[in-house]
Amino acid sequence: MKAAAFDYTRPRDVGEAIAALAAHDGAAKLLAGGQSLGPMLNLRLARPALLVDVSRLGELKEITDRGDVWRIGGAVTHAAIEDRAGTMPGAEMLCAVAGGIAYRAVRNRGTIGGSLAHADPAADWPLALAALGAEIEIRGRAGPRRCAADAFMKGAFATALAEDEIIVAVEVPKLSRAARWGYYKYCRKTGEFPEASAACVFDPERRVARAFVGALSGAPAAVAGLAEAVAAQGSAACTRDAALAAIAAAASALDEVEKRMYAAALQRALEQAVRT
Amino acid sequence: MKTQGIGARVPRKEDRRFLHGRGNYVSDMVMPGQSEVAFLRSPIAHGRIRGIVKPAGLERSVFVRADLKGLKPIVAHATVPSYKVSEQHPLAHDKVRFVGEPVAMTIARTRAEAEDIAEKIELDIEELPALVNAHAARLDKSVRLHEDWDDNLFLTLNLDNGFAAKSKDAPVVIHREISMARQAMVPMEGKAVLAHWDERADQLIVYTSTQVPHMIRVGLAQTLGIDEGQIRVISPDVGGGFGYKCVLQPEELCVAWLAFTYRKPFRYIEDRREHLIAGANSRQHHYKLTGYADRNGRLLALDAEVTIDGGAYSNWPFTVALEPGQATGNLPGPYDFRGYRCRTYCVATNKPGFLPYRGVARTSVCFAMELMIDAIARAVGREPWEVRHDNLVPASAMPYDNVARKHYDSGDYRKSLLLAKEKIGFEKWRARQKQGEPDGRRIGIGFATYCEQSAHGTSVFAAWGLPVIPGYDQATVRVTPDGGLEVRVGVHSHGQGMETTLAQIAHEVLGIELQRIRVVHGDTGTTPYSTGTYASRSIVMAGGAVANTCKELARRLEAIGAHLMQCAVGSVRLEGGQIVGPQRAVTIREVAQAWYVRPELLPPDVHLGGLEATIGFRPKVDTGVFSYASHAAVVAVDTEMGDVEILDYVIVEDCGTLVNPMVVDGQTLGGAAQGIGTAMYEESPYDANGQPLASTLADYMLPGPTEVPAMRIHHMETPSPYTEFGIKGMGEGGAIAPPAVLFNAVNDALRDFGVELTETPLTPRRVLEALAKAKTKVAP
Repeated sequence: MKAAAFDYTRPRDVGEAIAALAAHDGAAKLLAGGQSLGPMLNLRLARPALLVDVSRLGELKEITDRGDVWRIGGAVTHAAIEDRAGTMPGAEMLCAVAGGIAYRAVRNRGTIGGSLAHADPAADWPLALAALGAEIEIRGRAGPRRCAADAFMKGAFATALAEDEIIVAVEVPKLSRAARWGYYKYCRKTGEFPEASAACVFDPERRVARAFVGALSGAPAAVAGLAEAVAAQGSAACTRDAALAAIAAAASALDEVEKRMYAAALQRALEQAVRT
Repeated sequence: MKTQGIGARVPRKEDRRFLHGRGNYVSDMVMPGQSEVAFLRSPIAHGRIRGIVKPAGLERSVFVRADLKGLKPIVAHATVPSYKVSEQHPLAHDKVRFVGEPVAMTIARTRAEAEDIAEKIELDIEELPALVNAHAARLDKSVRLHEDWDDNLFLTLNLDNGFAAKSKDAPVVIHREISMARQAMVPMEGKAVLAHWDERADQLIVYTSTQVPHMIRVGLAQTLGIDEGQIRVISPDVGGGFGYKCVLQPEELCVAWLAFTYRKPFRYIEDRREHLIAGANSRQHHYKLTGYADRNGRLLALDAEVTIDGGAYSNWPFTVALEPGQATGNLPGPYDFRGYRCRTYCVATNKPGFLPYRGVARTSVCFAMELMIDAIARAVGREPWEVRHDNLVPASAMPYDNVARKHYDSGDYRKSLLLAKEKIGFEKWRARQKQGEPDGRRIGIGFATYCEQSAHGTSVFAAWGLPVIPGYDQATVRVTPDGGLEVRVGVHSHGQGMETTLAQIAHEVLGIELQRIRVVHGDTGTTPYSTGTYASRSIVMAGGAVANTCKELARRLEAIGAHLMQCAVGSVRLEGGQIVGPQRAVTIREVAQAWYVRPELLPPDVHLGGLEATIGFRPKVDTGVFSYASHAAVVAVDTEMGDVEILDYVIVEDCGTLVNPMVVDGQTLGGAAQGIGTAMYEESPYDANGQPLASTLADYMLPGPTEVPAMRIHHMETPSPYTEFGIKGMGEGGAIAPPAVLFNAVNDALRDFGVELTETPLTPRRVLEALAKAKTKVAP
């Protein structure tokens, strides 16, 4: 299939991008890496009148050390983060997750802002950034605002963004030296979307114990109870039954087979953290 | 060590352009004034067309069935008893019968604009109940896919040979239901056709991505109602065929009609979504099997009811009857037993019409038979490889007529199995299974053996009464004035490496350097007639013709050479590219110079055919020559996640004399990768309304390089007594065994749980559901 006709503009800065979105009243769409939007255009599932290309805006492509957080520009590619592995202290999980997204060719173009704005339930960033307690910097006609990553995704392909808003950056708290994390996804085929995924972060120095399950039908689901139990008891709390119970509570609509798969993913993510 | 002739591992000549992105495909071709074609395809599985409204102002860019004046529907006849004929209009006529069926076509300067126009067409279809399940469709008394039929069966085949006598009182009786899912073939390049009118040649020129250019010419001439002399079909580089492109395509008809009617170039390129929807047309078989054996697992008789989900239309020219015929005949496989009863239903359903995909029915029958052998082995408490071994036709029995009356020419099936068992390291894996894995996964070992009918010819196809029957394939071979060689064949190499292997055969006979031998193929204007490349026939048929023709040229070269050397013809011989006489030698080049440039040197009685000849070939026995192989695999099953990983995979194959071992390896590996797809990943599911559920590569999963393990291939060489040089076809074999071997391995891994999986593909869901079900069965 070929895309329906559209216009294209490349704004010179974020302000111009926002103005272009606002002027078109929902008929304009941001283009960053195009890795999700491209296929949707070709399948004619998306028919924006205007594409607003922000992929080359310098102010969106910076990775900055802000002391106790890393600030990642919205148009930073997954490959850029992957390639920084070893040079971003406290961002070990971030770099590891980046390197496991899809295929390298996709990572060369796909962006962290684009992934969050697209909000595919099976994507890596909504899950990983929820577990990391990240915050999303947004800007629109009404000015700048912030939103916690674990509150940003409202459902499948639905977010807290207004039509004229753009993700300017993501702020990711640095993991302390004592922190341990786990990220597990089961893909039938390398590079494809996972059948089940889970992420967890334990940082006793900052009193953080978070675990989330991804690849569900909507936003990642928190399994706070089990996270706290593992923070307190370690591997003794990472049992099959505990994982199954946590999944049953967090995602009751799953059938028996799905519950087993998500429980296995959750258990394996937790074990990764506990065994580090 | 052979360097250029038969047996040499020469790199493929065609790879020079393929590996550098310099291939020439229909998508690369652009002609002045060319229009692109898009199709509006039915969104409904079964319905009556009430009306089609063209968008105002764009009527001249839209075509429906009524506009295609003079174009006939695709109708394929066969004389197989009970076979019913279906009529497939290139654009749907009064009914639509599958989601994806072309209903209208649009033309524009670009494909995107053609799609814009197609979107504006108003389609009014009265929905009818969809027949999606083949068993239900067979029994349905009210809904009819083809209204002039009294049921929904394309045909029913019955075979009984000694069943009652051999099954009587068998101590071991095993029932199994086994099924293989519907899938698409997914060649890298889909359908593609560009047609234009050549005023100087007074011909319609059709470039099409096809395996069978001469047959397409026949088919186009018949459906367009024009002389074959007015059509030239050219198959350029083709990015994979696998059977998808061995039939006449409705899109070929439509584009050819446009070019013939308007005398301008038109092009259509199939996209991936169209392929996954309208190309979901293969593999879907269901088996109800009963095996009768003695207490050692020796098979005595087999009873089978086979149901093939035939889709909506029978293809031209092979017809949908090919699949049930191949299923019935090949189900017994490489096994020696003398009681067989098989009833095969080929049912019409609201899905794309069934096409023969690499391996044809042999992949599905191998799956069914190999699972049965393993089930028998488990029932009698013996190792599956042992029971398999005891049932295989021994080499001493060759040639062997099996219980379905197929004639196996040569082979040592047992040796291939024992070698596979040795190479996979069977004892080592059994020992490791006993220890258990640190990560808790379950190890399993599986085997599968099959034999592959290849290069079956006239008598087989004539028995089915098909519209086009293969006969004597010919080669036109010409020595060039400078002593090089041109070999023209009517088959089409679309991945088989024939630009190299046919040159190797020519070199074997004439001794001319490979780089000076040019193979011309794929063009009806420049090659002798052939039904084309399918059924693993080309190396045998075209190869045999090349050998025959080169031998004739050798005689003519010797005759002229002898005269040049003023000696008796009987005293010279062609050797190493030279005609060697008692005192000296002359080169082929010198002989060629005599014929073309210095004819005063020629003998007065020189053969008037000169240094060009066209000779045909047919194998001595044309019911097919049988390649075979044994596959062995080791898997690790994650019983919590349902994941299956292939840890090791061995193939021991025998295709008779190997022309180019590297090409054989490539064909085997490529086929095996597709077999892994069939076994574990690929499926074209439908909902109850006949809506396809896998229409993009996000839903339709193909194995990638990380899913296909490094497979170890060993070759055996048992020549065929019936072909030139003892060569057998082998292009399909790799795709036949993987589902059987992988399921046998997984069932071995999960044996302690009482799990036996019998339905492709092997998804995590199916593994976990089977484990859960087995647990509830065993629970006290």
